[in-house]
Amino acid sequence: MSLKFGVVVFPGSNCDHDAYYSLRKVLNYDVEFLWHKDTDLKQSSVILLPGGFSYGDYLRTGAIARFSPIMNSVISFANKGGIVIGICNGFQILLEAGLLPGVMIRNNSLKFACKDVYLKTENRETIFSAEISEETKALKIPIAHGEGNYFADIELLKELETNRQILFRYSDADGNVNDENNPNGSQLNIAGIVNKNGNVMGMMPHPERACDPTLGRTDGQQIFKSIANYILN
Amino acid sequence: MFKATVLIKRRPSILDPQGVAVEKGAKHLGISNIKGTRIGKLIEFDVDVKDRAAAEKEVNEYCSKLLSNPIMEDFEFKLEEIK
Repeated sequence: MSLKFGVVVFPGSNCDHDAYYSLRKVLNYDVEFLWHKDTDLKQSSVILLPGGFSYGDYLRTGAIARFSPIMNSVISFANKGGIVIGICNGFQILLEAGLLPGVMIRNNSLKFACKDVYLKTENRETIFSAEISEETKALKIPIAHGEGNYFADIELLKELETNRQILFRYSDADGNVNDENNPNGSQLNIAGIVNKNGNVMGMMPHPERACDPTLGRTDGQQIFKSIANYILN
Repeated sequence: MFKATVLIKRRPSILDPQGVAVEKGAKHLGISNIKGTRIGKLIEFDVDVKDRAAAEKEVNEYCSKLLSNPIMEDFEFKLEEIK
């Protein structure tokens, strides 16, 4: 399969160009924008739902974007095993679309959190994490969100743990997961999860903002390289 | 035509950080006996059909598919005939 990222542009997306820039200019991958009113995924092998404030976050984050025409194509693509990654608002859209379980509520601080955080990788046997080196105790990647407080009931949390669906947890620089390093109140410090089949991933932190070395952090590359290697090999 | 009033409430099992913060504000104001503040949504709109059953069906669909997220919210509504 050839590698091509399709970055969906919703009204209010604001990390679409960051994603495009990092994938094309930094990592040299094929990438194309996909307009939310279209239904054609343009032969993309990976769909990326970017961060932002789609539809102004009206009603609930991601609630309206979930019904954009392109989302029907994305949902059927995902259900056929296609690779989908949702970042920040993209993660919220995947939750609203039912492609990932759980909900996102307001940060427990009620503040918009915009800073670098550390992420412990809990499962390196996924499409999205296979290239994250064992030496990497924690990925340094920024967050920028007001509603990133991941909530699921006890049964779902158990299920996520049993199926190893928890991909990233907020931690300190050494990978220790604790309350002190939980920026938003997420249960079990959850920062990113995959679906049961392992082809859909959502994360609140922004790996596309941690690719270009001139920005001082490149850990996000490991996530995109994992996806690329999975497709190319 | 019916006027619909929808009330969307966060399920009791779901945390409401906003409600907690607002309640702290009440304490700062000296309003000291408030407990269990929960913040929901009230949504109003008209349904342009003649039949009440048809209006109920449409409002139910609107509420369950878009206005509320069934994982964390419950909804209730009332319909009032207008015109």
